Amino acid sequence: MDFELTKEQKEIQKAAREFADKELTPELGREYDKKEEFPHELHKKAAKLGFIGCHFEESYGGQGLGILENFLILEEFCRADSTLGTALLVSTFGSDIIVMFGNDEQKQKYLPKVASGEWIASGAITEPAHGSDITSMDTTAKLDGDKYVINGGKTLISNATIADFAFVLCQTKPDAGRRGQSVLLVDNGTEGFDQTKIHGKMGIRASPSGEYSFSNVRVPKGNLVGVENMGFYHTLEFLDIGRAAVAMQAVGMAQGAFDLALKYAKERTQFGRPISDFQATQHKLADAATQIEAARLFAYKTAWYLDQGRIMPKMTCMAKNFATRMAVKVIDDCLQIFGGYGYIAEYNIERFYRDIRVTDLYEGTTEIQKNMIFRFLTK
Amino acid sequence: MNIIVCVKHVPETAEADIKIDSEEKSIELSGLVFDINEWDNYALEEAVLLKEKHGGTVTAITVGSEDSESTLRKCLARGSDKAIRLTDKRFEESDSYAIAKILHSVIKNLPFDLILTGVQADDVGYAMVGPILAGLLGIPHATMVKKIELSDGASKVNRELEGGLEEVVELKLPALFSIQTGINEPRYVSIMGIRKAMQKEIKVLSLGDLELNKNDVGVAGSWIKIEKIYVPPAEKQTEYIEGSPEEVATKIIEIIKSRGLI
Repeated sequence: MDFELTKEQKEIQKAAREFADKELTPELGREYDKKEEFPHELHKKAAKLGFIGCHFEESYGGQGLGILENFLILEEFCRADSTLGTALLVSTFGSDIIVMFGNDEQKQKYLPKVASGEWIASGAITEPAHGSDITSMDTTAKLDGDKYVINGGKTLISNATIADFAFVLCQTKPDAGRRGQSVLLVDNGTEGFDQTKIHGKMGIRASPSGEYSFSNVRVPKGNLVGVENMGFYHTLEFLDIGRAAVAMQAVGMAQGAFDLALKYAKERTQFGRPISDFQATQHKLADAATQIEAARLFAYKTAWYLDQGRIMPKMTCMAKNFATRMAVKVIDDCLQIFGGYGYIAEYNIERFYRDIRVTDLYEGTTEIQKNMIFRFLTK
Repeated sequence: MNIIVCVKHVPETAEADIKIDSEEKSIELSGLVFDINEWDNYALEEAVLLKEKHGGTVTAITVGSEDSESTLRKCLARGSDKAIRLTDKRFEESDSYAIAKILHSVIKNLPFDLILTGVQADDVGYAMVGPILAGLLGIPHATMVKKIELSDGASKVNRELEGGLEEVVELKLPALFSIQTGINEPRYVSIMGIRKAMQKEIKVLSLGDLELNKNDVGVAGSWIKIEKIYVPPAEKQTEYIEGSPEEVATKIIEIIKSRGLI
């Protein structure tokens, strides 16, 4: 057992921190939060330095690093700014299903463009009638000659209106439930494939979400990812990485909020002394630091498992369950340290407070994580 | 164009809580984050930019313990081709003169056209290593350099003077320049750079490898001895500017100008 990061991992962490501190500024975060727009320029800058998709193989435009290295980067990004960090992290969402189950042609076509920042990815699983329950899909795909014909709709899709392609979980075998689903790649611009933006999200507003509609969308048979009718199982394995990433995102955000609160507590004077002199503040910060450290170890451990090629859904569900609940609570406590100022955008902590909330909801709600953990415990 | 860049691994003190250690000769270093000295960061970038324009190699060199390898790794990741670390227990407490002697003993045997240093170091800020090193090597030097133009065997550089003035001087090569911040925009460390740097070796040399003896370095080889480091007592110096808004604004601009800030 070795808890020490390697020299290279430390350098990567430091490089990501430097970039994040200078580029993922609170001012930029506030601007994009307000505009509800994706920070394209920042995304391209990060990609040029190899920070996007660094865990893709070098032959597919990545840096040949592991999930852990990718996590170290996204932790730093989310720490520096919860809004911008999330936008950058989510820019690759969906591409890991290609990494895991795609064929060489699919990897060649999509991954280098995602890693270079030229393309933005998306993954379309959720439907209006199927949120946490994805055991059957209303979006269907029927084989017609050498093409699949897709019909249906998806909602709450990250990057919907800015993505260049999507992986879409479709029902390919009607009435077969989870045993009849397939993952298909659909490029933006394909006839019958439309996107609508969802406005008014509580947080992560620089990462636009939207709806997809598919009306007789024809995609080549070659766009099938993995095995036909195994899409549900492919998606579950893909979500294993996604859940672990959300745990890491939550740790990054909690650390960012903690850093803001600690700095403020030392500066803010009340009753003639800094509020960090009061035990009520000290205990909040001590608990926060402890909880963040525990969740960080959890997230790193899941990354380590994934890098070993071990799919450990129980671990990733536990990590997400713990880290996201922890972060919601810790950021709430950090905001409390700011008093009334914490409620004002200029102090940034309110954005962390809004942005963190989604981690408790997406990639499976906390309740779903708990259902799964219990199932694994009693298996 | 072979360029040598002298860099220093220093604690970041701008936003840290600084405490004086019990012997009052240094600050407490535990808990501080170390990184490349800010001025050296610009010097390294300038060296890499010159290499990209004129060809050749960049060698980063530092005097420091194993911790300072991260600063050399950063140089390698950002485009330095080679790195040398000079380390020895006996180098500790060397002043600028002794550090310049250590650097000189190695650099004099290396091929070079140009040596770049930062103007000064973030920590002790003597701004002497560069000029002394140039003196020991017997080459011309210019300090506070804001711009470099190279031609065959010669250089033209802009120096920053007080009061917002700049001076343009010509020097023969090889020469040493101490680089001022703002001369360029240092690039970020990329993941590709880190991966490449991991393949490069850092050469480590100690006193026994150099043509120096123990009396040339450390306290014995130094001319300056630190007597005391302390936090000066706070003094209240408040100047009230009175008059109409226009008069006050004019006065403020004069003050800012006189400090060389605009």
